[in-house]
Amino acid sequence: MVKARRGSGGVPVPDKKELSGRMPIEDAGIPAELTLFLSQHTGAPSKPLVNVGDEVKRGQKIAEAQGAVSACLHAPTSGKVKAIEPRYQPVLGRESDAIVIAPDGEHALYEGLAPVGDDLEAISQDKIREVVRESGLVGLGGAAFPTAVKLQPPPDKKIDTYLLNGAECEPYLTADQKLMEEAAQDIVFGFRALMKGAGVEKGIICIEDNKPDAIRAMEEAAKPYPELEVAVLSHRYPRGGEKQLIEAVLGREVPPPPGLPLDVGVIVSNVGTAHALAVALKTGLPLVERIVSVTGEGVARPSNFRALIGTPVSYLIEKAGGFSGKPGKVILGGPMMGVAVKDTDVPVLKGTSGVLVLPAQAVKSEPVLPCVRCGRCVEACPMRLLPVWMAAYAENGYLEEAEKMRVMDCCECGVCSYVCPSRRPLTQSIRLAKSQIAAKRRAAAKK
Amino acid sequence: MVSAIISLGLSGLVIGILLAYAAHKFKVETDPRVAEIISVLPGANCGGCGFPGCAALAQAIAEGKAATNACVVGGSKVAEMIAKIMGVESEAAEPVVAVVYCQGNCDNAVISAEYEGLEDCHALHALGGTKKCSYSCVGLGSCVKACVFDAIHMGEDGIPVVDREKCTGCGACAKACPRGIIEMVPASKKVHILCRSYDKGPVTRKNCKVGCIACQACVRACPQKTIFMDRGTLAKIDYKGCDNCGICVTKCPVKTIKSYEEKAEAAAS
Repeated sequence: MVKARRGSGGVPVPDKKELSGRMPIEDAGIPAELTLFLSQHTGAPSKPLVNVGDEVKRGQKIAEAQGAVSACLHAPTSGKVKAIEPRYQPVLGRESDAIVIAPDGEHALYEGLAPVGDDLEAISQDKIREVVRESGLVGLGGAAFPTAVKLQPPPDKKIDTYLLNGAECEPYLTADQKLMEEAAQDIVFGFRALMKGAGVEKGIICIEDNKPDAIRAMEEAAKPYPELEVAVLSHRYPRGGEKQLIEAVLGREVPPPPGLPLDVGVIVSNVGTAHALAVALKTGLPLVERIVSVTGEGVARPSNFRALIGTPVSYLIEKAGGFSGKPGKVILGGPMMGVAVKDTDVPVLKGTSGVLVLPAQAVKSEPVLPCVRCGRCVEACPMRLLPVWMAAYAENGYLEEAEKMRVMDCCECGVCSYVCPSRRPLTQSIRLAKSQIAAKRRAAAKK
Repeated sequence: MVSAIISLGLSGLVIGILLAYAAHKFKVETDPRVAEIISVLPGANCGGCGFPGCAALAQAIAEGKAATNACVVGGSKVAEMIAKIMGVESEAAEPVVAVVYCQGNCDNAVISAEYEGLEDCHALHALGGTKKCSYSCVGLGSCVKACVFDAIHMGEDGIPVVDREKCTGCGACAKACPRGIIEMVPASKKVHILCRSYDKGPVTRKNCKVGCIACQACVRACPQKTIFMDRGTLAKIDYKGCDNCGICVTKCPVKTIKSYEEKAEAAAS
């Protein structure tokens, strides 16, 4: 077992995993409508391959990746393409083109799906990379970075370790935990396939110590393979951030952006990604569904669902017994990094690991007080930034100064807002400045 | 004593000669007109002209890189004075004022969410706003904060109100609005179609009582034929042809079109 270091920054947060942690994964079923955004991964949007009115089948490719960093998209069930139109994309925070499918209920598989096999020795590295690319695989931890890009590091970078991220440090969420408990064998298979695809010899599975069942299952599944290890980490938020994980497990510090984990010889993937690859290799089915925790004190029956990508959030909440009492906030993702949505008709994206419903009394906001310069946010920042100054610049519109303070390096983990005794919306101000700077850069690039 | 006076006097003389020489030798030619232009500009440094402050605009005008009427705040008076300094014919600048193209207040618009958080329109806009209509004013007053002339205030109903007397037309509020519903319009134009929703008619009708439902009654009624349909779903006035006749105001079934004279009368009564 690998002994983990404490790492810098972060805070202990109540984990709240008990709500949905005991519920087995259930199939959510087929909703009345699926909304598949062409842009639900990091990078360029995909390009539709189907037209309105076309019949599609489960697993059929409906949009092609465009450019170096992009991912393709597949139909999660059989049905008819109802529309291709802009819809509100909650993570981007603006309207974005989406393919809308009206399922026919038959759930018929696409004939073209070809399983590759379950003997890793017989599958070549190139074949694995091809499957990863063709399955539209993205990081299922939340950022949805196309996995195919990760597996092809530039030749001058020597990668020695592959980390499998099962830390799931966000409170409430139990999607990765349940997957590790129930599908450990598949995850290990998928992880070994990822390692082979990237040409990495050593793999470490990283899990926080608040998931003992998952640790046991993964240790059991990894036992036959000497190249795999399981690292148990203490619970601390944001332990599961890519850079924080590398520091905690390997003691290596990723250089500030544009530095990448590649620069310290590491690739990190989420356990869900490994599982999706295992499914793609064994059955030929691309990434069309994922595990989503529907949890929080605001739902009647917190659950873990295997949901089709594009399933409306309202449908999942309904499946989880509906709201219990007056809902205060519905959040896609966890309470620290998730985005609140105003409309529960938004769909599950590839990167949506949970739907969190907080009751009205839990989200009552208290007045924001002036900053008292206590420096707790500075101490807690896992990126070693100065949230107090970045937020002050951001609030007053000094974007250039904020940029000089490296506001763009912020990972938006939310720790600064969490620890602030004056309840200042630090992360929110910083996020706003980041989006404004990004918009400025886009405008400058266009010129 | 005497030696002190002599040595000090001599060194003073030497330094003085050096300074005089330096002033002559390293003289920087400045355009005297720049200083003159700065003196007639309003000096608010609002940035409405697109230059970083009045001094920069003055420099640009003197170099011929900006028009003599580039200062929107100063209006025709300042433009005339600058034209005089530059020795050119004054080009008349039509004064403009800001118009907020939304009436989706609490009574008119359907509100679908509550918001608690950063008091900034951009932040709320990124979350989709609290109203059903995605083109509506988000109502947190980023435009009010942007105005250096105190000419735009948040109305009681949550929609900003422009003080047409104070508004100088610098356009800072229009730039601050994440939804682009503030536009600069010639001050002489009194009739406006106060909606920017490109939703189809039935959708707009569900979202807002006073949104343009694209019935085209105004297009047909306009004697000047200066109202047109933008993208087929939103009526807009081409202000060049508008003579403030106000016929469209009476024809609009949902009262999207308002005339400022009518508004002033309503306020007076």
